[in-house]
Amino acid sequence: MSESRPITEAGGRGDRSIPKIVLTDAEAGAAAFVGSNSRSYNYFEPKKRRATKYEDVTVDVQPDPDRYLTQGWILGWANGDLGYDASWTRMKSSDWHRFRDPNEEWEQSIYINNSNSVRTVQSSIENAKSGNAFEFWNKSWIPIIAKHFSAWGHVDQGLGMYVFMPAQRTAMSNMHNNAISVNCMHKLRTAQDIMLYNMELMGIFGDEFDGEAHQEVWLNDPSWQGVRENVERLMNIQNPSGSSEWAEATFASNIVFEPLVGELFRSQFVMQFAPSHGDSVSPSVIGVSEREFNDRDLRYTMDMMKDFLEDETHGEENKQIMQEWLAEWVPYSIQAAKGLEPIWSESEVQPVSFEESFEQVKSRFEGILSELELRVPEEVTT
Amino acid sequence: MARTSVSKAHAKIQELSWEPTFVTKDPKYKTDYTFKKGGQKDPMKQVLSSYFPMQEEKDHRVYGAIDGAIRGNMWRQVQPRWMEWQKLFLSIIPFPEISAARAMPLLTEAVPNPEIHNGLAFQMIDEVRHSTIQMNLKREYMRNYIDPAGFDITQKSFHNNYAGTIGRQFGEGFITGDALTACNIYLQVVAETAFTNTLFVAMPSEAAANGDYLLPTVFLSVQSDESRHMNNGYGTLLMSLADDDNKDLIERDLIYSLWNQHAVVDAAIGTIIDYGSKDRRKDRESYTEMWRRWYYDDYYRSYLVPLEKYGLKVPHDVIEDAWTRMTDGFYHHTVAQFFATGWMVNYWRIDPMTEEDFEWFEDKYPGWYDKFGKWWEHYSSLSEPNGHNPIAFENTGYVYPHRCWSCMVPCLIREDTVMDYVDGQWRTYCHKWCHWTDTVAFREEYKGRPTPSMGRMTGQREWETLYHGWDLAEAIKDLGYVRNDGETLVPQPHVIFDDNKMWKLDNVRGIEFQSPNVLLNEMSDEEREKHMEEYKQGFTINESL
Repeated sequence: MSESRPITEAGGRGDRSIPKIVLTDAEAGAAAFVGSNSRSYNYFEPKKRRATKYEDVTVDVQPDPDRYLTQGWILGWANGDLGYDASWTRMKSSDWHRFRDPNEEWEQSIYINNSNSVRTVQSSIENAKSGNAFEFWNKSWIPIIAKHFSAWGHVDQGLGMYVFMPAQRTAMSNMHNNAISVNCMHKLRTAQDIMLYNMELMGIFGDEFDGEAHQEVWLNDPSWQGVRENVERLMNIQNPSGSSEWAEATFASNIVFEPLVGELFRSQFVMQFAPSHGDSVSPSVIGVSEREFNDRDLRYTMDMMKDFLEDETHGEENKQIMQEWLAEWVPYSIQAAKGLEPIWSESEVQPVSFEESFEQVKSRFEGILSELELRVPEEVTT
Repeated sequence: MARTSVSKAHAKIQELSWEPTFVTKDPKYKTDYTFKKGGQKDPMKQVLSSYFPMQEEKDHRVYGAIDGAIRGNMWRQVQPRWMEWQKLFLSIIPFPEISAARAMPLLTEAVPNPEIHNGLAFQMIDEVRHSTIQMNLKREYMRNYIDPAGFDITQKSFHNNYAGTIGRQFGEGFITGDALTACNIYLQVVAETAFTNTLFVAMPSEAAANGDYLLPTVFLSVQSDESRHMNNGYGTLLMSLADDDNKDLIERDLIYSLWNQHAVVDAAIGTIIDYGSKDRRKDRESYTEMWRRWYYDDYYRSYLVPLEKYGLKVPHDVIEDAWTRMTDGFYHHTVAQFFATGWMVNYWRIDPMTEEDFEWFEDKYPGWYDKFGKWWEHYSSLSEPNGHNPIAFENTGYVYPHRCWSCMVPCLIREDTVMDYVDGQWRTYCHKWCHWTDTVAFREEYKGRPTPSMGRMTGQREWETLYHGWDLAEAIKDLGYVRNDGETLVPQPHVIFDDNKMWKLDNVRGIEFQSPNVLLNEMSDEEREKHMEEYKQGFTINESL
């Protein structure tokens, strides 16, 4: 600087125009006056003594005429539906804003967790490549991964894009919708992880690995048609008024389909069968998704459903509706699960029978329903 | 991931889509537009495995800057005048952001193109990012700025305040009505492609000039996601343009979106940038100069006009009318005056303008002093409680305005006001285009064509109706704009942090609040015509009080 002019005079360098730095003393505590100590959001009840950062950035971002929205929703549809409409689900709640996502998902956690998942998947593949782990794969296993493992990508794509994506539009609070939107990204990211893994395997195994076989399998292989039907029906869930049924979609996907079909495929098939065929990588890839479901997506769904079931005014009615949902969706998922049975005998080594695997997931499913105090449908027990 | 790998990966993930056969897809979100399948590609070639780590890195930078601002005590140098307006801006913006996330399935349902759906999924989680990152920024302001009152009630006040409602239509417009109108034209093609430049680029520059470098840190990080969203919008718009039957609807939606967002965004951001700044260097751009650069040149001339060759009917007259209103009409200056007139039902403080401000305004907007100078002098002289009423109830000559039924900003350029009997009541509109929006666009048919998917205006659209006949003190209590002693108001017409100079409920008690629209509807036809004739002639500010 040519002259030692104080920077607060905004002298700058020659003719450059820069704003003045002004010391305003506008920091917290610089003066005491009424309200100067009111340093927390005071318009909602935190779940615990002090609001978490998650609550601060999430609660009441989506308005509600039953809280502070005094002018009401100002835009709607020709049929009279408004911005967010309680009639879009059969669940009823005496307080839609009571639910908190136990995972406390917000901006930072979403990106940290998903980036960690990406790194886990990528490092599993890279480690295997550098250790030549793919050389130890049983040759009979390669087409199974090409066909069946890759076909699972369609499931996650369907759930993410066409079940959870519309569901996150319609729930009655920001806490519900944000939790569902994170679930949506878990599914879509896993779908893409599976496809990118497929692409890696095409490079590793060359002609031995048919990278596009999954499409035909998904559309036409009889083993997968029950799964596809279940997913397509989930994609088309709506309540009698014709609008999206977000609570049913979340329930039927995460309480019914994922435990009965998702875990059957991921934990009971891929994780059990791959090691016996020299494949240490596929369990790592799908394991990330399995952990996300167990640790995060099932966890928020259980809390969400318990909130409906424990509602003092509507709990009993909600329970009856969930029983109806079970009656509707369990048969599809049982059919989807049983449809997969042939792939258990397709591989050279069968470390576990389909019956044993299915018993495991049925038991797990019964445990989930028991925790929700819901009756286990006949299809499961017989 | 290398770019070539991203291209291959993007091509690979296209294999995930399929056409369902077990169910006949019944779209939950409808449109009156028609589409042929396929078509547009996603040139951004987005893949989640590269997206998440990239965003995580951006977050590290944002949160590093927040830590730095706290440790370095940025608030020693922020201008209170600026920070007070953030109580309004940051109460509004997280809702439109989260609404944009919620809007994405409108297009996945209505637009038959899986490649575009993939782009929409990225946009959905981007918008969750934006909403929560902005809520967190506001939380830091609340914790570290000298006067947290107003930040502490932020979402409640956004929901029950007239200004919050004006801003809220921005978000509600994304998520209701015709899927293409809402999510493609109103959100992506106009809000994101045109107005994020003023919202997220012009605003940060002004924040930095007022000692606040956190807002630029957060909002430029937000803006770096917007190119993805503009791209999503562009692809869908080109798909719409491929069918001639859509062209009238696109034109309708452009008129509505361009005008409504001019009315809403320019009102708020124009005021915040020009009246929230203490930086009065004559060579810094005014809001109108920014508007000319970011909106008129970069958006209108460089983005919209070239689309004419694809058959887009660009409503040039709407854009020119907006420009005329911004310049000849002094649009956002009339809004600032209105905000300050009603300071006692705000949840932020408004600093009086000074001689230095007057000089800057006159330089940037010749003729400004004659229109607004005297009024701001009255505002300044009435800013501390001294036995007088708030300025709205003193004899300044200012006439409290009617509210526009469409955009809900008041009818401030008096001669432009339109009055009409619509749906069983007398309504006022701030301009012929807002009248058109209610009476032509948001209806069951357009140019003789049924438009069953088009949205509807609902709700209590005139905020003053809620408090018609109330004592002002009771209305403020009801709104919750009272500090924690139960007496002192959250809003103040100054930025003096001294209990002795702050207005209390007792200072505003005994004043009856009235709704112009209720009064208008109570008038006889003759009275109403006369009233409107006088209203449109405007007012003269008294030389002295």
